Amino acid sequence: MLRFKTTVASAAFLKKLIMTGAATTLISSAAFAKDCGPSDQSIRILASDFPAIHAVAGTAEENCAANASEFTRNHTTEARQIMNAALTPNPAEYTSVIVANSTLTQLMNDGLVRPLNGLVEKYGADLPKNLMITIDGNIMAVAFMANSQHLFSRKDVLEKAGINNIPSTYSDMVAAAQAIREAGIMEYPIVMNMKTGWNVGESFNLAFLAHGGEFFKAGTAEPSVNSEAGIAALNTLKALVEYAHPDHLTQASNETQAIWEAGEAALGIMWGSRGSVILDNEGSSEQVTSNTVLSSAPSVEPGGIPGATLWWDGFTISKNVPDAEAEATFAALASALNADMVAANNDDAIWLLEGFKPGAAAEGVSATAQGGAAPYPMLPQIGLLHNALGAELADFLKGNESAEKALADVEAAYVTAAKEAGFLK
Amino acid sequence: MKHRTFFWFILPTLSAMLLFIAIPIVSTFVQSLFIQHEQVLILSKNCGPFGCSETTSVDIEATKELRQGSHLGKFNGVGTYLNRSHLAFVEVGNAWVASKTFSGFLNEVLDLPFYGALMFTLTYTAVVTPLVLLLGLAIAIGVNGLPNMMKGPSIFVSLLPFLVTPLVGSLILFWMVDGDGIIGATIQLIFNDPNLSLKASTGLTWTMLIVYGIWHTLPFSFIVFYAGLQTVPVDTLEAAQIDGATKWQRTFYVVVPHLVPLISFVTLMLLMDNFRVFEPIVSFSAEAHARSLSWIIFNDLRESGNPLYGSAGATSMLTIIGVVLLLIPVLIRTWRDFKLRSL
Amino acid sequence: MSRTARTRITFVSTLSFSLVALWLLIAAFPFAWTFWGSFKVQSDFFSKADWMYALWGTNTIKETGNSFTGSGYHGAWIVEGFWKNFLNSGIVVLFTVIISVTFGTLGGYALARSGFRYAFWILMAALVFRAMPHITLVSGYLLPFFEWNIWGYLPTTIIVLVAMNQPFTIWMLHSFFLNVPKDMDESAMVDGCTRFEAFRYVIVPVMWPGVITTALFSFLLAYNDFTVTVMLLSEENETIIPAINSFLGTTQVEGKVMYAVAAVVSVTAPILVLVLFFQRQIVSGLTAGAVKG
Repeated sequence: MLRFKTTVASAAFLKKLIMTGAATTLISSAAFAKDCGPSDQSIRILASDFPAIHAVAGTAEENCAANASEFTRNHTTEARQIMNAALTPNPAEYTSVIVANSTLTQLMNDGLVRPLNGLVEKYGADLPKNLMITIDGNIMAVAFMANSQHLFSRKDVLEKAGINNIPSTYSDMVAAAQAIREAGIMEYPIVMNMKTGWNVGESFNLAFLAHGGEFFKAGTAEPSVNSEAGIAALNTLKALVEYAHPDHLTQASNETQAIWEAGEAALGIMWGSRGSVILDNEGSSEQVTSNTVLSSAPSVEPGGIPGATLWWDGFTISKNVPDAEAEATFAALASALNADMVAANNDDAIWLLEGFKPGAAAEGVSATAQGGAAPYPMLPQIGLLHNALGAELADFLKGNESAEKALADVEAAYVTAAKEAGFLK
Repeated sequence: MKHRTFFWFILPTLSAMLLFIAIPIVSTFVQSLFIQHEQVLILSKNCGPFGCSETTSVDIEATKELRQGSHLGKFNGVGTYLNRSHLAFVEVGNAWVASKTFSGFLNEVLDLPFYGALMFTLTYTAVVTPLVLLLGLAIAIGVNGLPNMMKGPSIFVSLLPFLVTPLVGSLILFWMVDGDGIIGATIQLIFNDPNLSLKASTGLTWTMLIVYGIWHTLPFSFIVFYAGLQTVPVDTLEAAQIDGATKWQRTFYVVVPHLVPLISFVTLMLLMDNFRVFEPIVSFSAEAHARSLSWIIFNDLRESGNPLYGSAGATSMLTIIGVVLLLIPVLIRTWRDFKLRSL
Repeated sequence: MSRTARTRITFVSTLSFSLVALWLLIAAFPFAWTFWGSFKVQSDFFSKADWMYALWGTNTIKETGNSFTGSGYHGAWIVEGFWKNFLNSGIVVLFTVIISVTFGTLGGYALARSGFRYAFWILMAALVFRAMPHITLVSGYLLPFFEWNIWGYLPTTIIVLVAMNQPFTIWMLHSFFLNVPKDMDESAMVDGCTRFEAFRYVIVPVMWPGVITTALFSFLLAYNDFTVTVMLLSEENETIIPAINSFLGTTQVEGKVMYAVAAVVSVTAPILVLVLFFQRQIVSGLTAGAVKG
């Protein structure tokens, strides 16, 4: 019989995540439902193109567009590329940007967003306290949804290969993959997002964090990826991609999801946000969807740190805009973070808000978070290191370089970029 | 033409180019000589939905003070051009000293980002340009020899690969050459190797990109040569035929020399565009195996979080220098033609 | 005798014919395939089980009851509002072509008629300008455009596209003008026209095919552009190529790929019509000017 973390336990953890802080509210949320702040202000929002973000910004528009002189939303794939330039002038092009861990750091590096403490007291007192992203006590963003990578498994294929437990460590995963290959069921049972660039850098981060690695020497911007943990992480990746399709260096989420839905893989490390799409009725067969199990990302030791990074998405308010506009924008967006909006868009994301009913698609993320996974680091120089990893690891994965040389190249590339960006002398 | 008249005629186009290209080039060059001021980092406590942790963040006030002096940044001279992401003089020097064999030295150098990308860019340019010229000429001559009714549709179909935007054209082919796509599956069938994948090995990826490059650029060369073929003086051809020249001889001694000015024009454009190859690498997700100079710029500006303007600027300058170097033979020819004309 | 010599089927002519046939097949096949596949569902066109599903429409029949479906087109044009992007592209292309050709003809004419050294150096400078990677230029535009509050609007993009296209345009047009004999405008000026009147009433009518050819290249540049439009336009003003890009999804969120396929086919159709229509002019235009290079 297959044993895995029960749905109930994971859902309970997720609820705990949401409810922390909500218990301290004294005033019901209904009273604050539609307080749109100062009227006749211009509200301009920049965001990426996700359905969940459309939901939040759309609800904000429904609630407060009547109160504002103009309400514009720009949902674009280029949000990350234009946000710094857009927020620099005074007045900024947008009053709010919807960010994630990495993009908040990008904005904070240039000092482009303002602390929200006063605004939270006024308009967001009923929001759960743990939604607030604080740096040294200053609330810089309000999060509303979470995401992470985790393990997907095909329990029917595992059973056929004689594996009765869902793998929980990397070595379990490799052993299971080997068993599946030897049983002749699949030649390449593993899928991972290993596309050269951001994706392979992120895959390295997952394994690196699972091995307890530190990206930088404490308190400095000096890299420390060329370490035991780094080499161990690379070896883990090598062991895993042994069982991945030879094209893996060109595969990102669209391709890995397609492979999964076609039933051609049995073990995958993919994004939780793809969970609901994989489990739905479109694009896949009954056999695949009913046998796909979402569980925590694998760790190195049993019960160790899961190999995942936790991401949140939330909104920030620009610094270079008049205070009245900032207030109106905050009020509008805060008004959108309610149970009704979540209920209407329940499956679009893993919401951190009240009223979220975690379904099967949210199990993986909650198990991973419960297992103690680390959030994606919010260090100013992490973008440069991530880029260096993304560019230099291909040689190792192709078998052209040793792990030590690859990591030395990564550190050299990072140091060059960091010197230019002013993080190192 | 009088100077004044010339000035008024050239003013619109010259001001557009100055404003939007010349000034940005100068500004990019200036920016490439600077690096950012030192960022002052402070330890902070970061709390969020997943708990609290120690982190560092940029001290905006202290950093702003440092920037008061020069808002362009710290002057770095040609430092950025010589650093590891560009010409890497130090690393190349070290490799020269440390390597025991020449091929070992070459491996070390090609491992550096700029030289690795340069290698692919030059290979791509050196293979695609002559092939496109030759095949374009051959197909133009071929279409010219077709019966008149078939000429129209042939021209139309030949132009197709050039008309579609590279983003979309290369994406379509990417889907087709995948092992499960029609072309990929057919190739696996032909070579009787079910595991053959064009995306899995460096050699095959380069081949795929080059074939795509030829497919995409051939129409341009074809249409220009085809137009040129319409102007070949018929009497010279007939005279040659009467004198007993074979088809080959007529082609080589009458047609091709007549097309030489066209060949320079097409070569010019091809060299320039191939040296800046970029879209296929992204659309074919080929970064693991092939990188180009334009890809490095793209990477610096987009994948680094806060963009690395100085580094991107330096690579852009190096690209321009590279293009100019490649074009020197053609430019000398154009200069000679210009002098002849203005006599 | 020469007639029989021309119609004799030689080894060379068969080789040439088969080369052309092979090329036509290679050129047309990807589009024919995409056109066919745009009427299928994703699990057919991108089938990992068997690429032949795309031919028979196996899953399309299962999912929609018919082996052809317009769901990709409906999704792109109606659900995602692709028609707005198409309109935006129309506006951008129209103005880019008009302005670009106007500036280019004036400049190209001047460069062709001036005998002075500086004309040559301007042409050389134009080449160097063309060598600059577009992505660097566009990234550099972001901050100034945001500061002057002109980012995101169609006119800004139009002017940028015109400016970036000028080097190629003036090179092409200057060589066309070189082919028109100097005596034409000189005799017009002797008759009392100013330089501009000679240009407008005498030279340009003769040069019409050359103008059409340059207009076609300008059209292609504006229609097919991605680098400039994706970074300089806000969502409501997006043109067709960035819109297609947005259908493709990101690493965290699934895209709607069949919408992209349908959009791609829709995007290519007008170009095909245009080329079909102007085919003869294009060839004669290239003939008129291209010889001088």
